[in-house]
Amino acid sequence: MNEASALYPALPELILAGGAMVLLMIGAFGGERATSPMLSYAIALLVVAGLAIAAMPDERVALFNGSFVVDGFAKFLKILAVLGSIGTLWMSGDFLADPDRRKFEYSVLILLATAGMFVLISAGDLIALYLGFELMSLSLYVVAAFDRDNVQSTEAGLKYFVLGALSSGMLLYGASLIYGFTGTVKFAGIAQEAANGGIGLIIGLVLLFAGLCFKVSAVPFHMWTPDVYQGAPTPITAFFASAPKVAAIAAFVRVSFSAFPAIAAQWQQIIIFVAIASMALGAFAAIGQRNIKRLMAYSSIGHMGYALIGLAAATGEGVQGVLVYMAIYVAMTLGTFACIVSMRRNDKPFEEITDLSGLARTNPAQAFVLSMLLFSLAGIPPLAGFFAKFYVFLAAVKAGLFTLAVLGVLASVVGAYYYLLIVKIMYFDEPAPAFDPMGNALRSIVAVTGLFVILFFAYPGPLVEAAAVAAKSLF
Amino acid sequence: MTVAALFFYVFASICVASAVMVIASRNPVHSVLFLILAFVNAAGLFVLMGAEFLAMILVIVYVGAVAVLFLFVVMMLDVDFTALRQGFLNYLPVGGLVGVVFFGELVAMLMVGAGALAPGAAKAITDPIPPLADVTNTEALGLVLYTRYAYYFQAAGVVLLVAMIGAIVLTLRHKPHVKRQNIADQVARTKATAIKIRRVKPGQGI
Repeated sequence: MNEASALYPALPELILAGGAMVLLMIGAFGGERATSPMLSYAIALLVVAGLAIAAMPDERVALFNGSFVVDGFAKFLKILAVLGSIGTLWMSGDFLADPDRRKFEYSVLILLATAGMFVLISAGDLIALYLGFELMSLSLYVVAAFDRDNVQSTEAGLKYFVLGALSSGMLLYGASLIYGFTGTVKFAGIAQEAANGGIGLIIGLVLLFAGLCFKVSAVPFHMWTPDVYQGAPTPITAFFASAPKVAAIAAFVRVSFSAFPAIAAQWQQIIIFVAIASMALGAFAAIGQRNIKRLMAYSSIGHMGYALIGLAAATGEGVQGVLVYMAIYVAMTLGTFACIVSMRRNDKPFEEITDLSGLARTNPAQAFVLSMLLFSLAGIPPLAGFFAKFYVFLAAVKAGLFTLAVLGVLASVVGAYYYLLIVKIMYFDEPAPAFDPMGNALRSIVAVTGLFVILFFAYPGPLVEAAAVAAKSLF
Repeated sequence: MTVAALFFYVFASICVASAVMVIASRNPVHSVLFLILAFVNAAGLFVLMGAEFLAMILVIVYVGAVAVLFLFVVMMLDVDFTALRQGFLNYLPVGGLVGVVFFGELVAMLMVGAGALAPGAAKAITDPIPPLADVTNTEALGLVLYTRYAYYFQAAGVVLLVAMIGAIVLTLRHKPHVKRQNIADQVARTKATAIKIRRVKPGQGI
């Protein structure tokens, strides 16, 4: 094997990083005119990277002395992250059409953020984990403030940056303690030493998990989420809610199972608390929201709580549940945000829930699909969201975590209230003026995710089995 | 040996003294200059320990970039440092307590010894260490940085690229009425476009 082919497992990352630099050159010479073709180039690059991932073998390959791991788990989540990024770029056409925002760096930053997610998902040690996090987060801070003449957007970017830096600090502090008490940064090495790490290692673990919780916006490190989601431009909010969460959950699961299996009982307690708190806050705090992006922020906090139930189970089935949950969550989120992006009148965005009044009469098709997506987010059978919750609850029950499962069901009942409230507003309130007609890109996203959500029950096999294969590669 | 000890005390005492002056001096520009002095003396301490790479990095990065940036900021922004120092005595007890706690931790750490903190550390070191007796530590770092840690190095490079793109995206504004030199235009000028010949009759203006 020569040197170049030894790098084959890192091909998707190389495609994205190299492609981003080529696009940067094209943009630097092409200027503003390059912005919209750039969007298509970026989508094409992501598709190629996604195909390259799909073509990877399933067995575990480690590169760079174990810092970079490709296995079934990484493959599954990377494809999910790529889909999230493609969806985001796909719905960004209108946003970038505005002359003030016609900047080609947008696509480049999304590509580099995706490359960061890949590094994170494949991380085999603490340094790669941190570098992946920084690459992803730094790009996200910038795109959050992308609409730089808008006060809310710059506020979102600044808040995200400051709090993100804090969380990186906690993550690094935790990582340094773990390194200090085990003598290695490699997950495999930490796993060997974890049993006799003592209290110092556990403090490191708690700090590391605090940093990770921040990135997945789980309670008690969620406070940035509503403001950032509301302030950031809507396609970017869709991005925040989809791909980076996939990557952060991936990091969470991989760290837990490949570095700390010996002290599973310790981190299980943390995850159980975080899951319950996130579900409860997601359910109760969303009730009073008037702005739909804020509501989606609380909704995503709640969903992270449900996904973490699978991790709390600390079993292969639990991980499978997490993977299925994330896949369905990404589909539901992208669909719902495509609907929110389309809430425009005379090219001005509207974000209040009351703006959706009577959508069933002004645009019945959109109202129907949006209600299906909302029913699915609430977890009502037979839609996809129900199965997502079903698998994680099942894993929790099998692992003996009955209280957690019961609290999860109760939280989803509370959560159903505000999803149903939106459906009620769309169907039974006096119609507000109609929105501008949806573009083809948005329509295709809404149609695809809507069909996925509605028809998932008929053919759940492939996704569930793929998740099972992916989960097995961790154990 | 005595020369080394002598230099250690010279560097260390100037370092501590200038660190005190950083927070004690009234003029913020003097503070930054004392900060630079502290950095240079810390670099001297590193050289005494045989860590010449760290010493040079300290001078190049901290003195050359960071401190000069501070100096620019202090000179460009009109920060009222006396107002900032108003609450100093009020916060002193809390700050002092934190300092005492940290000092206690440091002492405890030294008492316990580093080995006890990482019981598995010695056997966990599987990476080859460059022959430190034969090469300088700059060379030793170079030997591993571009080989064993090439992945981290490249990833960190991409992170810096993102930071650069971000800074440009968020701050660069193309002003519409800026006159820039366009050499092609200048070269392409001909006599016909550049000058106009008027005949002016004697005794009359234009």
